[in-house]
Amino acid sequence: MGCIEKLKYDVIDKHISFKEAAVYIDKNCPEVYEVKPGFKIFDKAMIGIPPVRIGLDGDVVTFPFTKPCYGTFLLRVSDPAEAELIRKNAKTIKK
Amino acid sequence: MTDQKIIQTKPNTALLLLGCPMVPIQTSAAIYLSAILHKKEIDVTIGGTKAARALIEMADVDRIYTECAGGILDVDKVIETMVDGTFDADVSFVFVHNNAGVAYAATLQTLSAGTIVAVVFGDETMLRTNELTEIGCPVIAAQGSHNPLPLKRKIDEVVSWDA
Repeated sequence: MGCIEKLKYDVIDKHISFKEAAVYIDKNCPEVYEVKPGFKIFDKAMIGIPPVRIGLDGDVVTFPFTKPCYGTFLLRVSDPAEAELIRKNAKTIKK
Repeated sequence: MTDQKIIQTKPNTALLLLGCPMVPIQTSAAIYLSAILHKKEIDVTIGGTKAARALIEMADVDRIYTECAGGILDVDKVIETMVDGTFDADVSFVFVHNNAGVAYAATLQTLSAGTIVAVVFGDETMLRTNELTEIGCPVIAAQGSHNPLPLKRKIDEVVSWDA
């Protein structure tokens, strides 16, 4: 997912499970969305174990990102356009 | 469910999805499985990380064992084409030794209409098997990182089907 690696991101946590990522997002993000693996975020298909949660806080997107050799990271990226795409295309869990 | 029943009929196409190649037997098992499937006249596609692909391509420079109808592709490219609906396989073997591998298996379960088989190896096979069972993914597993023979036996069992 080279495009994501070029973004200006913060690593919230690393080597986490998708359940742990979901718990963090549910607790810390005002808006919570749910997607299936393969959902495109920053133009790349998400890898994950359902249910995959994405959190929004204004323009800030919090999401799990899996690399084959390094496991799953929880990343935070500020991107207004991507946040709107998620609001439009993902299933709303909390808003 | 026994290993023999995971794949019930002969598939026409197969995907081998390789993860991080840090566990030595992945490359050997992938080359072996590719060769076995090719002998059974199944079109194989291999997807993997850059290093996983390089290990296979260097070991089988003339593509004797990994003659792939679908090619040897970047793992992200494989996922993208499955999302776009331009590629699928009757059976996908996802090589798993870490929790990222489990996530890839779960992703293929969502994206593919075919059968997904997790090929589990390494030092944490019980943990990985439990995670895969939790998501309903069929597993063949052999504990260990260096001796490929226990995994070979599991592979031999799973590539035996009724017709």
